Amino acid sequence: MNAGSRQTQSRRVQAQRLMRLTGRFTVVLLTGAGTAALAWVVLLALILAVFPASIFTLGLAIVAVLVWLVRPLARLERCRVRWATGTATTESYAPLTGPLSARVRAVLTDPATWRDLAWLVLHMLVGVLGFLCLTLMAAGILNLLQPLLYAVTSGHTHVTFGFQVTSMARALISVPLGAALIIAGWWASRGVAAASVRLSAWLLAPSREAELEARVAQLTETRTETVDARAAELRRIERDLHDGTQARLVSLAISLGMAEEEIDRDPEAARRLIEEARATTGSALAELRSVVRGIYPPVLSERGLPAAIEALALSCAVPVDVDIALTERLPAPLESALYFMVAETLTNITRHSGATRAAVCLSRDDGLLRLVVRDDGRGGADPTRGSGLRGIERRLAAFDGHLSVTSPPGGPTELVAVLPFTS
Amino acid sequence: MTRVVIVEDLLLLRDGLTRLFAANGFEVVAAVDSAPAFLEAVDELEPDVAIVDVRLPPTFSDEGLRAAIEARSRRPGLPVLILSQYVEQLYARELLSDGAGGVGYLLKERVGDLREFVEAVQRVADGGTAMDPEVIAQILSRRSQDTPLAELTPREREVLALMAEGRTNAAIGRHLFITEKAVSKHIASVFAKLGLPPSDDDHRRVLAVLAYLNARV
Repeated sequence: MNAGSRQTQSRRVQAQRLMRLTGRFTVVLLTGAGTAALAWVVLLALILAVFPASIFTLGLAIVAVLVWLVRPLARLERCRVRWATGTATTESYAPLTGPLSARVRAVLTDPATWRDLAWLVLHMLVGVLGFLCLTLMAAGILNLLQPLLYAVTSGHTHVTFGFQVTSMARALISVPLGAALIIAGWWASRGVAAASVRLSAWLLAPSREAELEARVAQLTETRTETVDARAAELRRIERDLHDGTQARLVSLAISLGMAEEEIDRDPEAARRLIEEARATTGSALAELRSVVRGIYPPVLSERGLPAAIEALALSCAVPVDVDIALTERLPAPLESALYFMVAETLTNITRHSGATRAAVCLSRDDGLLRLVVRDDGRGGADPTRGSGLRGIERRLAAFDGHLSVTSPPGGPTELVAVLPFTS
Repeated sequence: MTRVVIVEDLLLLRDGLTRLFAANGFEVVAAVDSAPAFLEAVDELEPDVAIVDVRLPPTFSDEGLRAAIEARSRRPGLPVLILSQYVEQLYARELLSDGAGGVGYLLKERVGDLREFVEAVQRVADGGTAMDPEVIAQILSRRSQDTPLAELTPREREVLALMAEGRTNAAIGRHLFITEKAVSKHIASVFAKLGLPPSDDDHRRVLAVLAYLNARV
């Protein structure tokens, strides 16, 4: 490929990008105009709500408007901001629970309410600026059309943007003026649209404090869950050892003790007892192995996550396709969490799904780890019912990850775990 | 023939114990897997000794121990030997707290040394004690300062520890390479230092063991 064609190509890419941006900008502008217009309506409703007689109904009416009009509008605006910027703005209102009076108080004392109101007023004002820009452009278009208009109406006098068109010459002069107005309006509206998006993103996002509060609440919850999960895990391991390995060793001791007694009196019986003891040693070892696997699988510590998942897939009764795009070792706790998620899911697939094929994919991009486990079984997996899926969710929550399950009746089932991860 | 009730939830061990007792001249009158079944068997069959696993369903914590204490409150002095995968001084103390004797508390693995185990069961059935050396070790590992035990000489402590395990004077003497007469002298001195009232020797032995188990840091 020569330099020229590369240049044309890059120019084409630039042009495409520009068109995309222009299209996006137009939508942002128009939707902004829409929410700004709605902001006027809502403010009007808020003003009307001030009229009812008593203080109590006054408060109630204001709260009703705040909750049922301002918040949905703010929600709509958040969608617009997300669409325009690509980053999600989360809402965080104080929860509305309890008796009516408590809810009214919650709404009125919620800082988010006041940020919403500030946004409502400012957005309205920005909307006025945006409207002016649109007017500027509309006038420009009208100016552009003057020669045509003058010709069609055969010499009628028009007034356009502070200037009378009394002749074709004047009509022609208005053309560059129109172009200038359109360009000016366009640039101004770009600024207004960007400002409105920035304003909304700032005011409609939770305050720093609210954000931190939400984070603390979430961390507290996940910490409790992690601690619970850990305790349950230890208890399970203790039970496995107690009922399995320890019991077998005791039984081994009994067999050997009895053999010791019998060896002179009845060597044949002693031999049988020793044989029994040997068999018990085997099962004790097998149980110990499975307990160890349940704590930290040897293959995971020796070979890392990809090999460990391969190993799980190999021992799974359902054929499993494994696709792991991961070159480095992850931190051990993360490897372990992902490993047990795969183990648990494959067990579920074997036991409940009736699937003929399953797939495990692990990929990493943009600081996110994505683990997907899919099967072609009968579906209907419900994370709120199965303790297994709950367990996976808890494990993931400790890493700020979350699990989504799609499993319509009739299948297929897909589990997606997403965890933030930066090496 | 000594009549035994076995209380153990794991089938493997219940069978093993049943075979073991049958082979060693005991009569297993019942082998059950839960606390209620055990209490029922105690009421109906009046066994000479009960072998009880600490952990039983439904919660798998210390049901066996609590059932044993309950059984002893229904039939005071019912000999009970508790078997466990691990031993806790606390549990041993609770068992002995009625001061009646006839109590054993052994690690399950002691079952392997058949002769000693059978002896221990017989001793408990006869109203003696059989504390696991592990329990004794737990107490020895502590530095008792403000208890009557602090006044015992090292040799007296050794004698008391062996007594707690349930050994006879002769066995203690053999173990420490001293004469049985010397053992009796040490024991009399232990009784005196612990301030135990004069009563029959067996009961005083139990009380001495209890004092031993009660030793705190």
